[in-house]
Amino acid sequence: MDAIQLIVSGLANGCVYGLIALGFVLIYKATEAVNFAQGDFMMLGAFLCVGFTNEAYLGLPFWAAVPLAIMAMAVFGYLFDMTILRRMFGESQVAIVILTIAFGFVLRFIAGEVWTHEPVSLETPFAGEFINLGGVVLDVSEILIVIVTLLLTGVLYLFFSRTKLGVAMQAASQNQLAAYYMGIPVKRIQSLVWGLSGAVAAIAGILFASKGAIDPSAGLLGIKAFAAAAIGGFGSLPGALVGGLIVGLVEPIAARYGPVGVSQIAPYAILILVLIFRPGGIFSQTQRKKV
Amino acid sequence: MTLLKIENATMRFGGVVAVDNVSLHVDQGEVFALVGPNGAGKSTVFNLISRFYTPTEGAITLEGEDLLAHPAHDIAKLGIARTFQNIELFENATVLQNLLVGRHRHKRTNLLSEMTFLGNARSEEKRHRQAVEEVIDFLDLQAYRDKLIAGLPYGVRKVVELGRALATEPRLLLLDEPASGLSVEETQDMAFWIEDIQKQMGITVLMVEHDMGLVSAVSDRVMALSDGKELATGTSREVQSHPAVIEAYLGTSGIQKGGDTGKKKKGKAA
Amino acid sequence: MRFVFKTDYDADIRWFKHGPQFFWYMLALGLLLVLPLYFVWIGNAYLLGEITAVIIFTIVGMGLMLLTGQTGLASLGHAAFMAIGCYANILLLNAGVPWLIAFPLSGLIAGIAGTIIALPVLRLHGVYLALATLAMSILTGDFIVLFDDYTGGVAGIAVPDISIFGYTINKYANPYAFFYVVVAVMLIVLAAYRNILRAPSGRAFAAIRDSEISAKAMGVNLTKTKATSFFLSCVAAGWAGALFGHSATYVTHETFDVIMSITLLLMIVIGGLGFIHGAFFGAVVVGILPVAIANMRSWASAAFDVNLTIPGLESLIFALIVMGFILLEPMGLYGRWLKIRTYFELFPFYRKDMFRRQKSYQKTERVQ
Repeated sequence: MDAIQLIVSGLANGCVYGLIALGFVLIYKATEAVNFAQGDFMMLGAFLCVGFTNEAYLGLPFWAAVPLAIMAMAVFGYLFDMTILRRMFGESQVAIVILTIAFGFVLRFIAGEVWTHEPVSLETPFAGEFINLGGVVLDVSEILIVIVTLLLTGVLYLFFSRTKLGVAMQAASQNQLAAYYMGIPVKRIQSLVWGLSGAVAAIAGILFASKGAIDPSAGLLGIKAFAAAAIGGFGSLPGALVGGLIVGLVEPIAARYGPVGVSQIAPYAILILVLIFRPGGIFSQTQRKKV
Repeated sequence: MTLLKIENATMRFGGVVAVDNVSLHVDQGEVFALVGPNGAGKSTVFNLISRFYTPTEGAITLEGEDLLAHPAHDIAKLGIARTFQNIELFENATVLQNLLVGRHRHKRTNLLSEMTFLGNARSEEKRHRQAVEEVIDFLDLQAYRDKLIAGLPYGVRKVVELGRALATEPRLLLLDEPASGLSVEETQDMAFWIEDIQKQMGITVLMVEHDMGLVSAVSDRVMALSDGKELATGTSREVQSHPAVIEAYLGTSGIQKGGDTGKKKKGKAA
Repeated sequence: MRFVFKTDYDADIRWFKHGPQFFWYMLALGLLLVLPLYFVWIGNAYLLGEITAVIIFTIVGMGLMLLTGQTGLASLGHAAFMAIGCYANILLLNAGVPWLIAFPLSGLIAGIAGTIIALPVLRLHGVYLALATLAMSILTGDFIVLFDDYTGGVAGIAVPDISIFGYTINKYANPYAFFYVVVAVMLIVLAAYRNILRAPSGRAFAAIRDSEISAKAMGVNLTKTKATSFFLSCVAAGWAGALFGHSATYVTHETFDVIMSITLLLMIVIGGLGFIHGAFFGAVVVGILPVAIANMRSWASAAFDVNLTIPGLESLIFALIVMGFILLEPMGLYGRWLKIRTYFELFPFYRKDMFRRQKSYQKTERVQ
């Protein structure tokens, strides 16, 4: 009984990690940029939703606040690429890594100023509700997290395989120059990918905040999401989710059954093991440059 | 005497057969050209020799030495240098520094002597610089010696890349489309240089080129490829008049395909 | 503009390209060496301690610059390698090893440990190295706690004094001697860095940064060369860590945290990626910034009667400076200095686009 609760809770955590990792892989695949502020995007999305719906702030109905927060983060991601990253066109990856790290600091500061550094919870209609499945008591929020993640994965899959925009995004990620010659507006596509990734981050943030408290330093969770993305294989969307689930499951299990201090180390230990034995990640793609 | 020998090389990428059972041998001191329409597998042959790819089947040897037993970074040490179709220079370094990287295969210093600049570091460095200055003189690059690559025009970059390959003092030089994107005058310079490289320096050249003017001017033997298969091998004249080659370029119906034939005429005029 | 007429190959090899350049650098070195006299004169060595700390940061800054600026690999975990150097130094000293042996060894241990950790990821894309080192840096504190029998863990551990042939150097007892020890290490690292740049290995690093594929075609063994760069970088970090320990006199599991790692990377970006000078400019900014902000804060609260004790203000300002540099001056402070100098040298012929580089569509490193 206990074990099932542990696994469901781990799965829910893993879904959040997976979604952050997903946003990160989306950007990496499309632009080869690495967004080290993805965790902070998640944090900001959560706080926007808190700001829209919590009684202490705007107090809007929950079902209105969620799409608002997601849209706001989508616009935010789009604008971040359009106004800041587009100037970096052709710069090295290291520069972009550093820029996004610094941007994460800025976001953390802004969130601290607007929403203070005290942890807050998102006020959801289903907060604190439990269901009893044959003796197993499960948190509704956790079940919802798993369901929403599954739905989102399906939607994204359909988006990339069926819609014109999704296919264009894939094309632009494989060869920018060729995509540009084919009439795909590569720069705008990149901004749209950042917007999409912002929306995914907002969803991850809302799910995270509905389950527990959030504070401005929650963005550091992004680091675990990086580990998840690398475990899954950097360029792979399903890999990001699977990596997230692995990290999410390993943590509580190691905390319960392992010696003290192992649960913090466990995700990174897995990361290092994966990098040694299957360097490209579980869902690795062979990487080779054409000359 | 045979320098490079490729026997029954096949390269498959998934379902695509980029090189299909190709055999060729390049003799010591000759200029050998690979021609063919885009996507014929010419660059793949180069990448096989450079060991960027490992052939699905077949053998590649340099004077009997099995190249497939070596990793890619050993190829330069064995005396094979190459240039790239889309220029791969070190953008944030000067022309001089780029050429000096070409000397890497002659590196005899160890880390400790490099850090202290004691022992052979200084004398080695002078030796490298002397070799590089000779290449600069040969290719007339003096004016660009200390310029960053990032600011150089395309034609000069092409020459710098040739220079970097020459700085390795190779036995076999692989030139991937040396004249693509060059003006008529620059192409002529390139032809003279290739001749000098062959005649004066005694370096064997294997090149991929679309400009048939350049190919017939400098090459001793030509091989035509299409869809990864060998069509014909022989002198430039023989290959150009070979029915299979004409068919591959012009199609059976005689309709011109792509820009290759256009280049061919322009090359002849030049 | 100065034109140097070169008559032999040494002219291209030597450290200083012409007489005046030699003069200015020697003047700077001379000023640095007589600096303690000023503090002896005013009788207060507090500021000298701050300057010593800045020089310690230039040591690790140079190490990271070699890796990130020269080889193009980002490490987000250099504080971890500082920690390895620091604790190795302490343990060796406590075991009775003389400082003159323990200190060099501490750098080597950091270098070897770092290389062993990085080796599996060096074959992969640069992002993986950034991630693996970031993970390293996060775990440093956990590992120090895990091995608290040796490291002191949460309680911390005292750093023994430096002892050279019976002469004991403590940061508080004789700050001047400590200053010269740090300067000596800095000069050794600087000389090695400068030498390696004019040798084949240094050029191989730059080749990897600019084009892995053609570096490989020129005979550069990518994994080995990256590992060499990483090793050297970690040795410098280890030495800086050992000196940092002597400077702090007491270290705990929180001394070398991930924020320090990130600060180190941001530091060299502000200074100017790819230039040795950048390590120095960056360290000065990191050293001055907290002091400047504190002064501004007290000045503002005195002048306008406002309370400026906002949490996280320092990291915000730091982050904004970094973003400003990356967007507006990617060559960092040193690049700005180069432009100003060129402007005056060429006056009135300086053109705005002289340092501009062409931007191109990304050449992907992935399979197409």
